[in-house]
Amino acid sequence: MSEPLLKVDSVTKNFGGFTALSNVTTEVGVGERFGLIGPNGSGKTTLINCISGMLTNDGGNIIFDGQNLNGMKAHKRTAAGITRTFQIPRPFHSMTVMDNLKIPIEFLGIAGASQKAIEDEAMSILETMGMADKANGETTGLTQIELRKLELARAIAAKPKLLISDEAMAGLTGNEVDEVLEILINFNEQGMTIIMIEHIMRAVMQFSHRIICLDAGELIAEGTPDVIVKDKGVERAYLGV
Amino acid sequence: MRYKFEIGCILVLLAAYLFTYLEVNRFLYVAGFPILQFVMIATAWNILGGYGGYINFGTAGFLGVGSYTAVALIQWLGAGIVEQVIIAGVVAGFLGLSIGYFTLRLKGVYFAIATLALAIVLETFVNNWDFVGGAAGISFLPPRKPELLGYVFIDSKGGALFGNTKEYLFFIMAVLAVFSVWIARSIEKGKLGRGLNSIKDNEEAAECMGVPTLRLKLFATTISGSLMGMAGAVFPSFLTFIDPLTAFNLEFAVNSLAMPMIGGTFTWIGPVVGAVLLGTVQQWAIVTFSSELNLLILGVLLIFFVTVAPHGIVGWFMKKNK
Repeated sequence: MSEPLLKVDSVTKNFGGFTALSNVTTEVGVGERFGLIGPNGSGKTTLINCISGMLTNDGGNIIFDGQNLNGMKAHKRTAAGITRTFQIPRPFHSMTVMDNLKIPIEFLGIAGASQKAIEDEAMSILETMGMADKANGETTGLTQIELRKLELARAIAAKPKLLISDEAMAGLTGNEVDEVLEILINFNEQGMTIIMIEHIMRAVMQFSHRIICLDAGELIAEGTPDVIVKDKGVERAYLGV
Repeated sequence: MRYKFEIGCILVLLAAYLFTYLEVNRFLYVAGFPILQFVMIATAWNILGGYGGYINFGTAGFLGVGSYTAVALIQWLGAGIVEQVIIAGVVAGFLGLSIGYFTLRLKGVYFAIATLALAIVLETFVNNWDFVGGAAGISFLPPRKPELLGYVFIDSKGGALFGNTKEYLFFIMAVLAVFSVWIARSIEKGKLGRGLNSIKDNEEAAECMGVPTLRLKLFATTISGSLMGMAGAVFPSFLTFIDPLTAFNLEFAVNSLAMPMIGGTFTWIGPVVGAVLLGTVQQWAIVTFSSELNLLILGVLLIFFVTVAPHGIVGWFMKKNK
């Protein structure tokens, strides 16, 4: 395998006396569709927070695109190419849908780009999401699936090399899950590496090339979807048997 | 029209200047000055509080620092008003930057408490600094015929730009008020304003979308503090007396957040509307009822607006127009 895009090397994170992540080591390759699963409280979001810079890891290294991210601020990591979405959508609620997308384009894009160019770019992303008709609407009027799509659209507007989707499908119906899945696969096919955190097993198994499973802050299994479903440790973590 | 705002600014300044030529009751300057001062303070507060969502209770601290920088400059160097304003702006801006650096890690109510403490700490400091008058305050007379590059611009016998110091300072305050509104509007319409708005909506999401949140917040505290300091710098000369109780009066903190909230915090015109409206009502209340009643009016209006029209007067009208 060529040089991985993201290397997580013995990452540890403690909250006081509680160890949320203990020596987690894994790699994500360029263009890979990577699944991250584990029961509630297993440390999935903590790991994402350490990678995206919302939290600082207490031990270990996170290396992205050959660059050690330790000590780097979250907005710099976004500029370097890591963008994440949030479990519970966090739109900029005082702005229109279009303005939500303009924030990353404006702050990460070419300095001095015209408003017209920025708007065109935002619009083309909204079009691929099927949300063009909502562009000038307020975010308060959006449905759950639209909020999820806006969360993804805004992340994609940051032009990430690595997109981390934190439970983008939670609470959606079967058809809506397929819709979001199609969007993600579509962006992956254009070259975007994607880490998917998901509780909906059907989605994560169908989506991922490779999956890791966390339990109580430790990496307990790693492999292709069909290896993971048969893994005794994963079964034990989820079912407690 | 493209330069509508800029033309408006010039017209306001022209009106303020012509106003000094009218043979009107002198009280109008005394009442007009604080209204203009409040336009500036409310506008400055709104850059951090309205756009960025960080509630600053320390307005009185920045204002007092501006006032006492001016006093110290008069005492030391006999500096003129223009130097006082510029240096007070620099000092208060630096204070904003350093306070921002130490407190912006605090969010919500904790930030508000830290800024409130700032005003009290600074007041205690000035209370014990005899050079600027200490707790008893200090009074001084403005120069009778100030010159700038050899030109006498205040002469009570006429022939100069201004007839007396009150008129001159009234005009300076008008210039500063317009200047701060122009700055606030430039920020609001630009990338900075959108960045600050994203911080207000959701700071973590903003950071993850590439917005350098700390840098933007520091920028906002610096500019906001600097403008407040400038507004304070004119105060001692206008009153010809200043004491810590006046300069660090908590009323400023209450006014500076009530005015934008009543006018509308999301756009530059909100604080202007709020300050002109509330400032006028307060000045009217001070002369007709009592000097204490104006705070009651403020409190009642604030409660009314927060419950009935949370987006202020401007928000109310914009909704009606939709």
